[in-house]
Amino acid sequence: MNDFVSRGFSGSRRQPEDLRERLPPGQYSERGFPVLTAGPTPDVPTSEWRLRIDGMVAEECEWSWSELHELEFEEVPCDIHCVTKWSKLGTSFGGVSVDVLLEAAEPVGAYATAYSYGGYTTNLALEDLTDGKAWVVTEHEGEPLAREHGGPARLLVPHLYFWKSAKWVGGLRVMDHDEPGFWEANGYHNRGDPWKEERYWTD
Amino acid sequence: MDRLTPVPPAVEQRAPGRWQIATVNEIRTETPRTKTFRLELPMWMPHVPGQHYDVRLTAPDGYRAQRSYSVASTPLDEGEIELTIDRLDDGEVSTYFHDVVVEGDRVEVRGPFASYFVWRGEAPALLVGGGSGVVPLMAMLRHRRRTMPEARMELVYSVRSADEVIYASELGADAEVTYTREPPPGWDGHVGRIDAELVAGRVEPGTTAFVCGSNGFVESATRLLLAAGIEPGRIRTERFGPTG
Repeated sequence: MNDFVSRGFSGSRRQPEDLRERLPPGQYSERGFPVLTAGPTPDVPTSEWRLRIDGMVAEECEWSWSELHELEFEEVPCDIHCVTKWSKLGTSFGGVSVDVLLEAAEPVGAYATAYSYGGYTTNLALEDLTDGKAWVVTEHEGEPLAREHGGPARLLVPHLYFWKSAKWVGGLRVMDHDEPGFWEANGYHNRGDPWKEERYWTD
Repeated sequence: MDRLTPVPPAVEQRAPGRWQIATVNEIRTETPRTKTFRLELPMWMPHVPGQHYDVRLTAPDGYRAQRSYSVASTPLDEGEIELTIDRLDDGEVSTYFHDVVVEGDRVEVRGPFASYFVWRGEAPALLVGGGSGVVPLMAMLRHRRRTMPEARMELVYSVRSADEVIYASELGADAEVTYTREPPPGWDGHVGRIDAELVAGRVEPGTTAFVCGSNGFVESATRLLLAAGIEPGRIRTERFGPTG
C-alpha cells in the first residue's frame, strides 16, 4: 500500500453509509444490469435445454427444463459483483440450489468445471458450490432470466466475482483436480473473491 | 509479437498487476467527449493490443474509485501507454480525467490485463467498433500497421455523427466509417447502422472478427458476422457496461 493521493479528486459517486459496507474494494454500485459476454449470445430453447452433472460422481444426472422445475425452487436475494468494477446491490434471482443437484449425483471429486452452451467454462472448488452458496437460476427479479443475462438458466455464485456465475449453464463436471476455465486461463484470478479483490492472476 | 522491444533489466518486479504511479505526459482532445491521455510508466511492460489497464483514484480521506480502460496505443511505444477516455457525465473517474487532470499530473494504474480480446497477429482480421468501442481496436490497427503492414485487417466503425469520430486523422484506406444519425455535409459514404453490405466484402475464410461497443451494438454486429459466415469461435467480443 502507498499513500498516493490523486490531486483534486474528491469522489462524486460515493455511496450512502449503509450501502458502502456492502461494496467490496474497488467496486461501485450500478443500478442497471450490464451485459458482458466474450462471444455471440447462444440461443437455447427450453425444450432442448438440459442440465447435467457428470464427471467424478456416483451417479451422472440430467434434468430437462420441466424436471428442473419440479425441484425445490428458492428465491435468492443477493448482491452481485462484476470484476469490471460494477456491483448490483439488492437484486434477486430464483432457482434451484446446487446442493439439491449435487445430492442426487453424489460427487467424489473436490472441484468442478461449470460448462455452458456456447462453450464457456469456469472452475470452482466444490466448497464454493455447496452449503447454500450456489444455485442454478432461471429467474431474475421475478421474471424469466433474459437470454443476454444467461437465460434460460445460469449458475449463480454471488460470493465470487460474477464471471463464475456461468451464463447458459449446461452442466457441472465434477473433477478430482482444479482446472482453469475460460477467464481463469485468460488472466483472471482462479477463485475470484471480491472481498479479497482477487481480480487477476497476480492478485 | 516477436518484434516487441525486449524489456530492459528490471529495477522493480514488472509483473502485471502491481500498482504504479504514471505521469501524464500528454493530453489530446479527440472529440468533444473523448480525450487521450499519454502516460509514462515507471514499470512499463509491453501489452498485447486489446488489453486494458485499471486506473485507481484516491481522495485525501482514503476513498477510492477504480475503472478499467483499454489501451489505444501499440506496445512498440516503449515506456508509455495511451488511454482514450470517454466522458460520462455521471461518472467519477472519467469526469476526473476530463475536468481535473492536466499534463504533468500523476495517476495510479496497473496492468496490462486480460488475454482474450487481444490481437496476436491473426489475419485476416475484421474489426467492428461502435462509438468508443473503437479504442482497443485502434491499438490493434496501429500495431498491425507497424508490425505486419501486409496483413489484412480492416476496421468498420459506427458513430452517430461526425463529432464523435475518434482518431479521425488516422482512419485510412483500412477503415470505413458509417454515420447512424448525422453524416457530415457532403458525405457520400455509408450511412446508417452496420449492415451486411459493409461486412460482406471484408469476410473471407479464416477471418477473425473483433467486435467492441455497447451491448446492443455487439449483438447486432455479431449477428451480421455470423450471417456472413464467420464461425462463432472466431468472433471475439467486448461489450462495455457503463463505466464512469
